[in-house]
Amino acid sequence: MYELKIDEKTCETCPTFDCLVRCQYIDIDKDTAKTEMKKMISGEDSFVLHDCVTCYACEEYCKRGNHPFYLITDLQEERGILPMPKPLKTQFVNISVPTRRDIIQFYGAEEPVISLCLFPQYTRLFSEEKLFEELSIIIGRYFFCHLMYLHSGNPSLIRERLPKIIDNIANHGFKEVIFFHDECYSTLTSYTTAYSIEVPFKPIHFNEYLYNKLKDQQTKIQPLNAKVAFQRNCSARLTPNVEDFVDDIFNLIGAERVERQYDRENALCCGGIIRGQQRYDLFVDVQTRNVDDMLNAGVEYCVFQCPACFDSLSEKVAEKGIKPIMMHDLCLLAIQGSDK
Amino acid sequence: MQSIYKSLTKIVDEEFVSNQKEELYIYSQDPGMMEPHEPDFVVMPKTTEEVQEIVKLANKEKIPIVPVGGSLSLSGLVIPHQGGIVVDLRRMDQVLEVNEESRYIVFEAGLTTGKLKAYLEKYHPLLRFSIPDAPPSATVVGNIVIHGQGRLTQQYGFNSDMVTGMEVVLPTGEVCKIGSGSVSPYWFSLAPLPDLAGLFLGWFGTTGIITKMGLKLYPKKKLRDIEVFAVEDPNLVPDVIQRVTHTEMSEDIFTGAQPYPPVFKDIIMIGILLTGDSKEELEFKRKMIWDALQCHIDSKEGGFMMMTPDVKQDLLEMPTSSTTRFADVKKGGGFEYCGPIIPVEKFPEAFTRLLEITKKYGITFGNAGRVIGRSHSMMFSFGYPFNRADPENIERTKNALHDTNVASLDIGGVPWKPEVPAQKMIMEKMDKSTLELMQRIKKVLDPNGIMNPGNWEVE
Ligand SMILES: Cc1cc2nc3c(=O)[nH]c(=O)nc-3n(C[C@H](O)[C@H](O)[C@H](O)COP(=O)(O)OP(=O)(O)OC[C@H]3O[C@@H](n4cnc5c(N)ncnc54)[C@H](O)[C@@H]3O)c2cc1C
Ligand code: SF4
Ligand code: SF4
Repeated sequence: MYELKIDEKTCETCPTFDCLVRCQYIDIDKDTAKTEMKKMISGEDSFVLHDCVTCYACEEYCKRGNHPFYLITDLQEERGILPMPKPLKTQFVNISVPTRRDIIQFYGAEEPVISLCLFPQYTRLFSEEKLFEELSIIIGRYFFCHLMYLHSGNPSLIRERLPKIIDNIANHGFKEVIFFHDECYSTLTSYTTAYSIEVPFKPIHFNEYLYNKLKDQQTKIQPLNAKVAFQRNCSARLTPNVEDFVDDIFNLIGAERVERQYDRENALCCGGIIRGQQRYDLFVDVQTRNVDDMLNAGVEYCVFQCPACFDSLSEKVAEKGIKPIMMHDLCLLAIQGSDK
Repeated sequence: MQSIYKSLTKIVDEEFVSNQKEELYIYSQDPGMMEPHEPDFVVMPKTTEEVQEIVKLANKEKIPIVPVGGSLSLSGLVIPHQGGIVVDLRRMDQVLEVNEESRYIVFEAGLTTGKLKAYLEKYHPLLRFSIPDAPPSATVVGNIVIHGQGRLTQQYGFNSDMVTGMEVVLPTGEVCKIGSGSVSPYWFSLAPLPDLAGLFLGWFGTTGIITKMGLKLYPKKKLRDIEVFAVEDPNLVPDVIQRVTHTEMSEDIFTGAQPYPPVFKDIIMIGILLTGDSKEELEFKRKMIWDALQCHIDSKEGGFMMMTPDVKQDLLEMPTSSTTRFADVKKGGGFEYCGPIIPVEKFPEAFTRLLEITKKYGITFGNAGRVIGRSHSMMFSFGYPFNRADPENIERTKNALHDTNVASLDIGGVPWKPEVPAQKMIMEKMDKSTLELMQRIKKVLDPNGIMNPGNWEVE
């Protein structure tokens, strides 16, 4: 029903084929990239479909407004190519089936409202601790963006379930919703645009909210004067337009995002999905390179945007003496002092 | 009856003897399916001599006597089906000796798994025992009497294979030592003597009361971790187990399947626990295990699950509290799990039968299995939580349990810690000479049939 908007001609005339040439996990020169892209655009098989680690980055590498990554995932599904084992795919499918618990959790939400995706562990921040103000919370599977199916080779499930999710949110009459999880925000901006799915409310990125709140309370900020590494998450590749908020926040709280090899467009995946794809050696290699790079840059903190990245990389980071911390906790540190 | 009570109070302090309704009520049941039956007396001895006197009294008066540990074996094995005296051993909970060099411990029969775990952590942090996933109030001896399994079972066999010695009060009142402790001050081994421990293990207290036990302890590594390999097809499970046990790199291997919550639906999980004294050791073992399962990864039929740290933490807990939480999922306090011990290759058949039975009776289930030895056999449990306040639910679960025992024997397994009806099913199928031997042994040891009557009995 929802078709991917991809312009073949744009690719045909592409001067760089950067989407594949810049891929950090598949070694491709420009000529090969051209050939493989051509195959994929015509719906044919390509080794890229088999080797892709689903890091989302090509979506960012393409500066011509096309959607190479969405194309890859659609083709994987069409051709029955499984990026991860069947039982893990089954688990992915079942994980978003609402249970009784999900129903209870969205009573009486009023704007300003934040969607916490499937991360109940952060509820306390916005209710009891009132991170910056009292926000209404929506949480649970009735609001779950489903973008994770880009990793498991069944993206049609996103298109099947997402409109209902959008309805669930819209039916509450919300005009604006802050999305805690970057992935939800990216779904409701990048993915919906690529597939012409209507979103009748305005998604706000959590970092935009954080930045504005910090700005309001700028006088309370005690600059951290700390060097930090930022671990970009996969869906950040879909919405590089909001990436500036990260730097703006860091500037406000006195965190220096140290120049390093694997940051910004060269960022490496946290490794979680690569492990899920059962590529253990690559997983170890990617995590090791990433953390060594942080060490070489002499950072004190590794700042995470995504709780899933935190789960997969924080232990390794901490082992090396770098403090793993979520973005909002780093901000709280600057506002409330290190006792928090 | 009053005279028995008096006699008991002469043996054990009065406050540890009871014939009061409320206490008899507690000892009349366990969490499982078997009908409750009250004892006439409950007594809590403190010493072997007291146990001895109680047994002598019961034997003289021909009164049934039932030894009780944590009462958590769930299959009515501690229910005094014919009344009599329940001997609750939990006051006898002292550690008597730990031999660090020869890695064994000697302790009293009422010592709980929880207390032993804490004791070793505090005083002998480099040693461990095979902790079962039963709640920590279970006794070590109770667990061993029923041939329980724990965290070290995949490496060293049934927990009962780890016994190095015993002190037993025979039904006729004699106190008897089993193993090296019968000839030496050291309780290091059952061998090289004739193995008399078998006269008391697996007998459910029908041949005597164990008052002390010697048990092997094992090296405790500094680090533990877990990998969970998931498959959808039960036919693959034996091969996965085969490959992982071949590496000899894991501590414990368990299986799990349950329909709820949805995230666990339609998959079978094989938990593989790892230990190491360093990160390097752990990583080496992990890599060996990943490599061993590469063929299932390549076929996309299986894969290592992605786990959040809290899920991992739950699975690493000893004992896991998730089993206990599951036991109460229906509320109403009813839980029985009936696990046959099966050859590992029978997993797919057992799993199919489990699904058929739960579908037939419309009941929820939790399947947990544990590999015993290097794939030498496995415990395959059909776990049924039920609501004790719902007679209809009880009836269905009872029928399911019956069908489960039939299925267990059908596929070539042997029901583990069977309740009385399942014992009868086993004995019906048993080689006649074996059954006769069991009866002769029982007759010799317990001529008056006072010990936990109803169990292992041919009508
Ligand atoms: C949630 C849950 C999880 C469990 N997980 C496991 C597991 O992982 N592994 C496992 O093996 N089991 C497990 N069990 C089953 C059981 O609880 C344990 O095996 C437990 O250790 C039994 O010990 P107990 O002290 O409760 O024994 P009891 O039930 O008190 O006794 C068991 C039998 O031994 C006899 N007995 C007790 N003490 C003596 C003695 N001193 N001399 C002679 N006979 C004696 C009793 O008469 C009875 O027949 C689990 C149970 C539950 C509820
Ligand atoms: S997707 Fe973008 S970068 Fe890739 S070939 Fe097409 S236009 Fe070029
Ligand atoms: S998603 Fe990542 S791994 Fe896959 S092709 Fe694009 S850049 Fe490469």
